[in-house]
Amino acid sequence: MPVDPIHAVKTWITIFFEWFGGLGLFCARVARATFGVPWEGRELLRQMDAIGSKSFPLVALAGAATGIVLSLQTRESLTRFGAKGMLPAVIVFSLIKESGPVITALIVSGRVGAGIGAELGSMRVTEQIDAMEVSAVNPYKFLASTRVMACLLMLPLLTLTADASGIILGWISSTLSQPITFRLFLHSGLKSATLSDFLPPTCKTAVFGLIIGFVSCFQGMSTRGGTAGVGRSATSSVVLSSIFIILADVILVRFIQVFFPS
Amino acid sequence: MTSTRENTTLEAKQNASQEPLVVSGLFKSFGSQKVLSGVDLTADHGETVVVLGRSGTGKSVLLKLIVGLQQPDSGSIQIHGQEIVGLEMDGLNEIRKKIGFLFQQAALYDSLTVEENVAFPLNRHTTLSDAERREKVRGLLADVGMDHDLNKMPSDISGGMQKRVGLARALALDPDILLFDEPTSGLDPITAAEIGDLIMKLKKERNLTSVVVTHDVHGAKSFADRVVLLREGKVVIDGPFPQLEQSRDPFVVQFLKDAA
Repeated sequence: MPVDPIHAVKTWITIFFEWFGGLGLFCARVARATFGVPWEGRELLRQMDAIGSKSFPLVALAGAATGIVLSLQTRESLTRFGAKGMLPAVIVFSLIKESGPVITALIVSGRVGAGIGAELGSMRVTEQIDAMEVSAVNPYKFLASTRVMACLLMLPLLTLTADASGIILGWISSTLSQPITFRLFLHSGLKSATLSDFLPPTCKTAVFGLIIGFVSCFQGMSTRGGTAGVGRSATSSVVLSSIFIILADVILVRFIQVFFPS
Repeated sequence: MTSTRENTTLEAKQNASQEPLVVSGLFKSFGSQKVLSGVDLTADHGETVVVLGRSGTGKSVLLKLIVGLQQPDSGSIQIHGQEIVGLEMDGLNEIRKKIGFLFQQAALYDSLTVEENVAFPLNRHTTLSDAERREKVRGLLADVGMDHDLNKMPSDISGGMQKRVGLARALALDPDILLFDEPTSGLDPITAAEIGDLIMKLKKERNLTSVVVTHDVHGAKSFADRVVLLREGKVVIDGPFPQLEQSRDPFVVQFLKDAA
């Protein structure tokens, strides 16, 4: 049976607006729930541990790999242009301004986004979220708000981890080719850096945290269709979070350039 | 202060005199599919009302509407005289504390142990000390015969045991209305009979108002004070079980024949 292209486009437009409308309402509900009692401190700490502490090794590893790759790749190019002395600065600036924040966000969206989407999706299809509501507990507060807040708070800290491990491994990699003390490496890398080179890119990861938290919780809590639906929620949480992180990064980089010039 | 106490006492007396549950003219559709078409249902103090009907006749939807998990298209639901349709979340949550709900698949929190599942509502809504809470949880689990499996995870116990734990959790806040969604479905006949006996026991001990949604006619016969039979979203019969058995309505006759 032939597909009517106009009907198909209309359907897609409807789905697109319904999804964004649903996400907007969801964000409003979670935001409203966040600023009211009970504060759910214990659950927030549990989520910070699950999202933050348990992502620590993976993020540190990714940061370290990035530091090594940056060192190996840029050494050759800089040597060619006679700017080998700039290597520490290139590694440090690349990591703190862009690579560290984006890699951390994408890694967390993969590990945590999929986990949140699958966990809440599973709770939805097995009526655990309904059971929570029936127990007079607000799931937007207990389940969503705590996860969103944990993502918001932990992303900048994880970014610092990625930055630090990248710089240390970048130094190790470069010192194996040409010995240099860590102190001198850091001094060379940071001598022209200002607070505005460091703070805004690190803080922008809080926005990435919000994106991961909101999108993954929304996808999880609106799961339909049994175990297949849970799988779809896990996948779409990662895919949509990653897309929105990349788009938000473009906007935030421009925003930082305008409002926090170096 | 005295005035406040008098008002509270007055309110409590009014609540006690009003029927725990009154549903009237309830309509619910999902898209073009009509699920409930003007359902009326009442449950008196200590009464067990069993809602029977074939799959897809809106029995479970009716329970979800009563507890505010879904909103009806039109109609009224009153719990102790208070209208819950259109009620704000805070008001609805206050009402929900008076209602226990046993889900079809028990809906235990799979990341919590048996004990933690039952303690969950108590942690949220009571100021009991740890020792008092532990004692209460153990008492509730003892009532349903599950006090030896406190530290087990829901995935490590059988379906029948999960329902028992779900029942203990539903009773945690001492509700005066208990809603059961297919309490015996998916269970072997012996376990189903045990769950039925448990419902009878609770009825005697706690004088709870219960609404039981099921298609288990034999079970219904043992614990129902009144039976409501639904067909295509409408009430066909509302009366004691013998009325159902004596009915000459072809649908009722066929329903009982199929259930035999």
